[in-house]
Amino acid sequence: MSQKPIKVSAGKRGDKVRSDCFVEIEQKTTGGIKINLISKVNSMYGESIRAFLEEMCAFFDLKNAEISVEDSGALPFVMAARFELAVKRLCPELTKEFLLPINKKNSYKTTKERLRRSRLYLPGNEPKFFMNAGLHEPDAIILDLEDSVAPSEKDAAQLVVRNALRAVDFYGAERMVRINQLPKGKEDLKYIIPHNVHVILVPKCEEAVQIIELEDEVMRLKKEYNIKDDIYYMPIIESAKGVINAYNIASASENNCALAIGLEDYTADIGTQRTDEGKESYFARTMLVNAAKAAQIQAIDTVFSDVNDMEGLRKSVLEAKALGFEGKGCIHPRQIKIINESFAPTSEEIEKAKKIVKAFEEAEKNGIGVVALGSKMIDAPVVKRAQRTIHLAQINKLIKENWRETEEK
Amino acid sequence: MKLTENALGRFVPVEINGEAQIPFQGVNQYRPNGCKAKPPIRSCIDYPEEGNKVVKSLKDALKKAGLRDGMTISTHHHLRNGDDLTNILFDTIKSMGVKDIRWFPSASFPIHQHLLQYLEDGTIHHIEGSMNGPLGKFTTEGKMKGIGVLRSHGGRYQAVQDGEVHIDIAVIAAPTADPFGNANGVNGKSACGLIGFALADSEYADRVIVVTDNLVPFPCVPWQIQGNNVDYVVQVDSLGDATKIVSGTTEITKSPDRLLIAEYVAQFIEEAGIMKDGFSFQAGSGGTNLAFVLYLKERMKAKGVKARFVRGGSTKYLVELLEEGLTDYILDGQTFDLEGVRSMRENPNHVNTSPFTSYNFHGKGNFASIIDAAVLGATEVDINFNANVVTHSDGYLLHGIGGWQNCLYSKCTILAIPSFRDRIPVIMDEVTTICGPGELIDVIITERGIAINPKRKDLLKALKESSLPIKPIKQIRDEVYEICGGKPAKPVVNKDKVVAVVKWVDGTVLDSVFQVVK
Repeated sequence: MSQKPIKVSAGKRGDKVRSDCFVEIEQKTTGGIKINLISKVNSMYGESIRAFLEEMCAFFDLKNAEISVEDSGALPFVMAARFELAVKRLCPELTKEFLLPINKKNSYKTTKERLRRSRLYLPGNEPKFFMNAGLHEPDAIILDLEDSVAPSEKDAAQLVVRNALRAVDFYGAERMVRINQLPKGKEDLKYIIPHNVHVILVPKCEEAVQIIELEDEVMRLKKEYNIKDDIYYMPIIESAKGVINAYNIASASENNCALAIGLEDYTADIGTQRTDEGKESYFARTMLVNAAKAAQIQAIDTVFSDVNDMEGLRKSVLEAKALGFEGKGCIHPRQIKIINESFAPTSEEIEKAKKIVKAFEEAEKNGIGVVALGSKMIDAPVVKRAQRTIHLAQINKLIKENWRETEEK
Repeated sequence: MKLTENALGRFVPVEINGEAQIPFQGVNQYRPNGCKAKPPIRSCIDYPEEGNKVVKSLKDALKKAGLRDGMTISTHHHLRNGDDLTNILFDTIKSMGVKDIRWFPSASFPIHQHLLQYLEDGTIHHIEGSMNGPLGKFTTEGKMKGIGVLRSHGGRYQAVQDGEVHIDIAVIAAPTADPFGNANGVNGKSACGLIGFALADSEYADRVIVVTDNLVPFPCVPWQIQGNNVDYVVQVDSLGDATKIVSGTTEITKSPDRLLIAEYVAQFIEEAGIMKDGFSFQAGSGGTNLAFVLYLKERMKAKGVKARFVRGGSTKYLVELLEEGLTDYILDGQTFDLEGVRSMRENPNHVNTSPFTSYNFHGKGNFASIIDAAVLGATEVDINFNANVVTHSDGYLLHGIGGWQNCLYSKCTILAIPSFRDRIPVIMDEVTTICGPGELIDVIITERGIAINPKRKDLLKALKESSLPIKPIKQIRDEVYEICGGKPAKPVVNKDKVVAVVKWVDGTVLDSVFQVVK
């Protein structure tokens, strides 16, 4: 570690800052560690904050430094990220990581076919939004390292997101991270792969080779850190080239779980603007649904950006559902409920699905390999689709868990 | 200072500012007897025959009222943060060289930090009302000469009525008045809706001064304050900043977490069976409380249910309920926005109430206990459902009690609160200051769980099949401690120095606020 006195800082301060902190480290040559703490929660947590700062100083082998912290009620996972960033800005060559224990409540895994109706975007460097995100019951949360993070704060967001993946309880939501555009996005992987991520969102994906290269890096890191859990990818198509290559991208890896479309960049790329009617993106969206289905993965629609227009959102989801999409991005927690409700099956869809599922179960019970409904044969994908419809109906409380029994009465 | 342990195990002074006190004895345990306080006898022959009580200035009126050291001066808070008059009042008192005033406001606001200088120089001896912001800081650090007393709106009426507080001079800001002293808050450039918090003052004070910036010829109708109780009328250019007296519009919270809480509240009220034809509820002014009204409204419309009355703090959201026929009446205690003021002026079913009609402990019955549900806030709630609204977790006085304590008497008291703020737990082991005994608090609704008081077996039963996240309160506390990084330490206080006390609605001492050691 360099011994000449230098001063670095990290984090946020100011009247409007909440649940965050500002850390300044001035390296000295003598005098030991001096901590200046101004904290909004001093009387409640002042002592534990001081102990925490001392623990981090010892961990990073800081011997002589003046540490100044302005704390606006930062939770421990945030303070740790800000402190570590300051240390790394002081000593960029440092590779040591101050890792918080993995929250036991976050041990749940994911599956390729999991529901992904609503995915809530959380700006990666705004930890104040993280703690309660899962309470709004999105199917997934997306910790974003890309567009919502200022270029100068990319390093800050990497640490906040890493710490959040380990420490924050997302109440059963699938944990997604949107990395930066490749190849730069590869740099983000070491902050997420060893730390409990479920799905990696790959923005502005244009070619299958990008996914193949990403997968090589993911596999290398999984091996290095001995990660056994599945990690899936969701390429986001946001350009004309990406749309044309959609099927190749969707089928580039067994670990792709969905293909998503981002229309803001796409419409700019084809030289037009988004309209409410959406004629300009009709081709791209149907192409994307087709490519995803051909690769047997989910098709996910773009975000609806007017957070005050709930009726517009509902219409947009119903339209997306009619086109074959199975999910939509959310930029505000209030959109989640409407999205989940709107992706729910209609009563006709439920009735049909019930018949198919019953016929399938009947056939299974009787050891018959072929499922038939009346004179019509039913293929396996149709049965799977019907089971999914029943599942969706149940979680939307449209039918009961024991619908078979109540039916017969 | 001698302290004694009260029925909730809190240590409270036996004497405050030279007056003996009764420690809290438990909910509904204390019954004072004797006669109510009485104002001095006055006779109309001592007042101008033609009815003109206008004097030339506030100073003149104070002089005529016999202002002297050590008196109790009362004001009301209907002008909220636009109240210039109270500041001018104390500038005047200071200019007259009078000292050691007991200031008895119905509440204080940030604008009153102007009065800090008068606490410092001894013009004001102590405050009995609420101590917010800089006044709270000054008090909590032990700098006020006397001990502060915090009362609910109902408790203030009780204290006046049973003689605990004798008002020497009441100074009543009146957005409209006539020369006889009849006054109201619905008209004039400083209109604030109603001025019910000044009712006790007008009836019980030795001398009553009405100050207006809109003097109209006799009669001023409606007369929310009766001229028959008024000694002097003063005309001034302006009572204060109209834009801060009522807000143009009241905004619903945009916080997704608060909206989630509000949605839970509406669902709870429906599923608990409270939302039925002819029911009643009270909504506060906080963003969460306003949002809950909108969600409840959707549910009322969907089920075709109509309320008999709602209690305000009124805002445009309550006015909409009234105008859309979803409630027969608004019984209003204070008016928060312009729509509320308009409705009160135009609609006879938007009724002006005072702490006497709504909350009075010495009344023959209590409106507050007739209400089916009250939705309130709190700064802290403990695992025994005791709640705090006056101090911050760092021990500093934060705001007044308002009508909060009185509303706890509703049939179902719901605290709609976040489980933590930034890194400050709201659900905790023991509150810093008890303002409401847990036995009166039925439900805590937070974004990460709903706790029903185990005493309310009926509610627990009614909500058994609910999809709401109902949990034991200790489980919510555990989750919050885990998020915030463990159990919070208590503020360091000087246990020998009580800086303020919290009174219960019956006048007994519920808890003490101690000097914070920095």
